[in-house]
Amino acid sequence: MRRRMRSHWTAAAAVVMAGVLSLSACGGGGGQAAQPTQGGGDAKKQVEVFSWWTGPGEADGLQAMRKIFEERNPSYTFFDAAVAGGSGDKAKALLQSKLQADTPPDTFQGHAGAELQGYIKAGDLEELNFLYDELKLKDAFPAQLVDQISVQGKIYSVPVNIHRSNVLWFNPAVLKEAGVAGAPKTLEEFVAALEKVKAKGKVPLSIGSEWTVTHLMESVLLGSLGTDAYNALFKPGADWNSPQVTKALEQFKTIMSYAGDPQDDWQPAAKQVADGEAAFNVMGDWAYGYFHNPPEGGLGKKSKTDFDWAPAPGTEGTYLWLSDSFTLPKGAKNRDGAVAWLKVAASKEGQDAFNPKKGSIPARKDAEHSLYTDYLADALKDWSSNKLAGSIQHGVAVNQPWLASINEAVGLFIGTKDVAGLQKALADAAQANAQ
Amino acid sequence: MLVRRVRTWLPGLLLVAPSIVAIGVFVYGMLGWNFRLAMTDKHDEVSEGRFVGLENFIGLWDQPRWHLSVNHAIMFTVVFVLGALVLGWLLAFLMEKGIRGEATFRAVYLFPMAISFVATGIVWRWLMNSGMEERAVGLNRLFDAIGLPQWQWFRDPDWGMAAMAIPAIWQMSGYVMALFLAGFRGVPEELREAARVDGCTEWGVYRHVVLPLLRPVTLSALIILGHISLKVFDLIVAVSGKQIITDVPAVFMWVAVFDSHDPAKGATIASYIVLSVAIFVVPYLIWSVRKERRS
Repeated sequence: MRRRMRSHWTAAAAVVMAGVLSLSACGGGGGQAAQPTQGGGDAKKQVEVFSWWTGPGEADGLQAMRKIFEERNPSYTFFDAAVAGGSGDKAKALLQSKLQADTPPDTFQGHAGAELQGYIKAGDLEELNFLYDELKLKDAFPAQLVDQISVQGKIYSVPVNIHRSNVLWFNPAVLKEAGVAGAPKTLEEFVAALEKVKAKGKVPLSIGSEWTVTHLMESVLLGSLGTDAYNALFKPGADWNSPQVTKALEQFKTIMSYAGDPQDDWQPAAKQVADGEAAFNVMGDWAYGYFHNPPEGGLGKKSKTDFDWAPAPGTEGTYLWLSDSFTLPKGAKNRDGAVAWLKVAASKEGQDAFNPKKGSIPARKDAEHSLYTDYLADALKDWSSNKLAGSIQHGVAVNQPWLASINEAVGLFIGTKDVAGLQKALADAAQANAQ
Repeated sequence: MLVRRVRTWLPGLLLVAPSIVAIGVFVYGMLGWNFRLAMTDKHDEVSEGRFVGLENFIGLWDQPRWHLSVNHAIMFTVVFVLGALVLGWLLAFLMEKGIRGEATFRAVYLFPMAISFVATGIVWRWLMNSGMEERAVGLNRLFDAIGLPQWQWFRDPDWGMAAMAIPAIWQMSGYVMALFLAGFRGVPEELREAARVDGCTEWGVYRHVVLPLLRPVTLSALIILGHISLKVFDLIVAVSGKQIITDVPAVFMWVAVFDSHDPAKGATIASYIVLSVAIFVVPYLIWSVRKERRS
């Protein structure tokens, strides 16, 4: 009898356990999906804004834009879906799984230009020409920018800022010590200056992880080929096998031979310049914030004395640009809210609130100039007068698969130092991906 | 009669059914789905993907990066597995010989296993910084101070992956020590005594009695370390990120899927990783099942 009882008891327990397990499995799935709740009736509707702005400066800029958004749209609340991590590596991986599961955020950050091609091809993005017409954005942004982000006449994103990629950062004291008069204007002068610094026993050129080498390569390509030939490299049928490209890559190899020990990322590489261990570093203008900001997020250095800047050698008069932008994914839960966000992101007020904090300049031509001082004043001046070329590493000139192939080629080149192999890999990548 | 029989097996079945279903779907189902994807030409997210057989599996061997990542994985595996085995064995041997405060040492050596590979990686990234001379931090600074030569660590093109195995050895050798210590303690004192009576030296006791009895432990340690090593991802990414100089198949797979947007290529690499682990594990499983049957 007792045995009977016990087996009853275990049977019942097993059934209950199984039930609990299957229940909790369902419950876990439903509860974990942190989706904005559907606001029914008079509840405020959430707008899920997906970005990778979590660092100092960039997150402050996002907050400033959020404030304007919430003032203008009392019926919406802002849901910050930011995912931490450098150039958006982790954010992009998560975004991809969200898009594939057809649960896109209401709007997401992406680099304007070819980086968005994959999303466009997959039919994930709605075109925004209606918004450009409504807000007369084609007049507000430079014509060449609108041209470079259009895909067959259609525009899929609203650029909120502009960064410059071809900036040569240098330490004036180290240059003086090595007897270099000023920032080198051409690649030949650059190599001569690197040689002089090397003779003094300092690191001539600091570099970070492998992507910073691709970043350097795009500036060398632009400096060697000139703006028009550089831009032509990204048109269908471009000739990456030309002797001009060979020469540019040879120069790149020479410059790389002066590079110091690779650092973990761009910040430690930039810090070497700030600390006077290295003379030069080629990095985007986000480095300005790092050099200049007070010690909580930056190095607290004085501009023009502790560090200085110039266009990367041979690229004066050209703005090698990249831009953070927002998109309108198809099938977003709250399309109206997303459009309201895009309107703020496109507005003069929104861009002027965001950019001084993020350390970038607005994409609009009519920005409030007094807000942008020091480096940013320089950048704003150049932006309105320079020719434009799109960055490779930061998603303007090439799409993501193409960039992955270029990064692979550069990564292998760092090991092999084989220019012919690099050129062949670059040509193959262009062949496979140009469209 | 029937009711009684049902009563005996039904509760057990109900208890394990959810796990069986979950494993069936999420492990074996996904494995099958991955192998199927690897045999299609779905080289971007939107195309349908036709069956192309083993084309991707063969094509991968034309890519210099694949050779590099396979070589890296082999070097990492050899250094890591041997290093952790030898160090773990040595630690266990010292414990076995009897030291004061054994419990404390045991906890200290076992402790790294409680830390995730990511945390280990972040600390070792700093320790293995490649700076030289006055620019050095971490271990290079220490080496400089005591006059040892400085290294480039994982950025060395030839031996970088051997350096990358050091944090992994640091992490896992305590666990191997625990395994071996259990093995040592499992050897009955009578056997040792018997050997000594037969005129064995102390070394001979180890050579002929203890070590042969440790063979199953060594084998399980080998399997555990081997499969961790072949699929290593988190440690590499935490130490160096997605850089070619430390590329391994799992990192290559991440790049293929999320940067190159090439699902078929990613699935192919994933298949190779699964197969390489299977080469380690399957013979072991067969061996242990046979052994169980025999006993």
